[in-house]
Amino acid sequence: MKKTLLKVGALLMAGMLVLSGCASTATTTKEAEKPAAAGEAAEPEKKEADEAAKAVKVGFIYVGPTGDGGWSYAHDQGRKYLEEKLGVETIIKESVPESQEVEAVAADMIDQGCNVIFATSFGYMDYIEKISKEFPEVKFFHCSGYKTTENMTAYFGRIYQARYLSGIVAGMKTETNQIGYVAAMPIPEVIRGINAFTLGAQSVNPDVKVKVVWTNTWYDPAKEKDAAIALLDGGADVIAQHQDTAGPQQAAEERGVWSVGYNSDMSSFAPKANLTSAVWNWGPYYVEKVQSVIDGTYKSESYWKGFEAGIVDLAPLTANAPEGAQAEVDAAKAAIIDGSLNPFAGPIKDQTGAVKVAEGSAMTDEEMLAFDWFVEGVEGEIK
Amino acid sequence: MEISLFLSAAVIAGTPLLFATLGGILNEKVGNLNLGVEGMMLMGAVAGFIVGFKTNNALLAMLAAGAIGALGALIYAVLTVSLHANQVVTGLSLTIFGTGFSGFLGQKMVGQVISDQVKLSLAPIRIPLLSKIPVIGEPLFNQSSFVYLGYISAILLFVYFLYTNWGLNARMVGENPAAADAAGIHVNLYKYIHILIGGAFCGLGGAFLSLVYVPAWQEGITAGRGWIAVALVIFAGWNPLKAILGGFLFGGLDILGFRLQGAGLSVNQYFLDMVPYAVTIVVLVIAGIKKNSLNAPPKSLGNAYFREER
Repeated sequence: MKKTLLKVGALLMAGMLVLSGCASTATTTKEAEKPAAAGEAAEPEKKEADEAAKAVKVGFIYVGPTGDGGWSYAHDQGRKYLEEKLGVETIIKESVPESQEVEAVAADMIDQGCNVIFATSFGYMDYIEKISKEFPEVKFFHCSGYKTTENMTAYFGRIYQARYLSGIVAGMKTETNQIGYVAAMPIPEVIRGINAFTLGAQSVNPDVKVKVVWTNTWYDPAKEKDAAIALLDGGADVIAQHQDTAGPQQAAEERGVWSVGYNSDMSSFAPKANLTSAVWNWGPYYVEKVQSVIDGTYKSESYWKGFEAGIVDLAPLTANAPEGAQAEVDAAKAAIIDGSLNPFAGPIKDQTGAVKVAEGSAMTDEEMLAFDWFVEGVEGEIK
Repeated sequence: MEISLFLSAAVIAGTPLLFATLGGILNEKVGNLNLGVEGMMLMGAVAGFIVGFKTNNALLAMLAAGAIGALGALIYAVLTVSLHANQVVTGLSLTIFGTGFSGFLGQKMVGQVISDQVKLSLAPIRIPLLSKIPVIGEPLFNQSSFVYLGYISAILLFVYFLYTNWGLNARMVGENPAAADAAGIHVNLYKYIHILIGGAFCGLGGAFLSLVYVPAWQEGITAGRGWIAVALVIFAGWNPLKAILGGFLFGGLDILGFRLQGAGLSVNQYFLDMVPYAVTIVVLVIAGIKKNSLNAPPKSLGNAYFREER
């Protein structure tokens, strides 16, 4: 009996470790369907430069399942776009934890002939950096990080621009002037999004308050939904989210209030509630970069672009969106693209009312990438 | 923070845990440690969702969820009971299998939403009188019929294991299969039946998530709740009634964080996430010190039964 207890205890521990690492306990590999055009491509056994140009094989590493309807789904849509446009062969691996395992996954992909690898989660950064040095002939792209090497590019999109626009829509819609924001982790990327969203909402509705709760998970539909319900119970009538599932959308749908989605167009999850979504559009970027590998013009870089590159966007406003929102959104988007509007241009005050960004100046990329404070009008704590 | 709103949310959050815990108890009472709970929950969640989506019938969806959970359990039962495979390894494999199975079947379902008809038939029903009890009345007795099924199952299982011949026989199988065999109890039949019904409960737990709680399909919808249920079986001391309490307690802790944040109280979410497991360890320690047969695990838990070695 003692043995059994020990076993159970040990397994619980193991279970906890696995769970704290990532929400999904199992990983699956799928060989992506080969497009007809790449069918005859030569087996790239030796990666000689000229041969690689003709036979590019691209590996995608995802942190969640492609069926999440969110972050990994958006990347996978980009992959499909890439296959369609360039006819290159791609393989994927889903639910790869942000641990040393990613090194093994990348090495395995290289064994299978991949010479371009997209690693699509922040936590992969250090491992990809390490392995990029081991395989100098393979081109690595790491999403949402800041480290680069000779053959490792850091890429990301200025999703905060889309969040600013979605904030405008939410700010016009709210009647209680309270917007709930279900957020995953208190990291700069999420904080930046909350701030941009709040500033967008305030630009059309100065009285609006954005209430933030942290779920400490990227992926748990039920928990995220419940976080949204907690916000709705507290008086919010629009729910925005920085989460990888559509759980919060469901909460709004059920309560007959409004929601703003993220990652991909979430209107199908909550047809009666969804106003719009801040969405990723990775396809064009993937095409451009893989083309540069094929052409031999690849150069490692830090890539951080927004609307102007089409890497981020706002999903079409639904019929639930308030009247006049389309015009406001279009105007703001045009202004962001031509540079006359910068969401993070001063004056910006923090939660205590102190001026953080003076009038006439704007935040630099470095400051934005290290965001650790909320703007005035956000209710919640960063911890 | 309004207390009854919180309690109501805790009951909903705890219900999938309750079903899965009851499933775990059924397995373990006949001596089988089944770590495939998470897998069976996912199988039930996807099957329930697909059937609910296609037929718009909540009852059929629940039946499908139970059936597919039992099917998953059947794999486990064949391997561990008939073939005497290692229970731990088999259970873990079942979880991995269930994860892949649900992801595969659910591929086309991502982004779909359950119809209003199903939602309506699972909508909260207020029970007269009982729901008038102050504080706990509203949270406990103004819920979906799915939640009530959880209470009823727990109570019936409690009565079953304590007061019926079959229940006592099943416990004997879990405590000492050789003695049960000698007493003329069909050990393997008992094991099969309980493991299968246990699987059905796990499947229902998953279906509660995909039909009532979320209700939309997303891969990995259980997000580790099956593992919490494995801990809850121990926390509940293999007692179905305590499973109700444990399920709602763990469910409540799971969602307490953002309620506190909403109320302006800041407790670290990592701390709250840890509490259920810490409590389980404490319960394990207490159970280890106190040699109380009531809260002790079935004696032959985790061991395969070989008739020849009697």
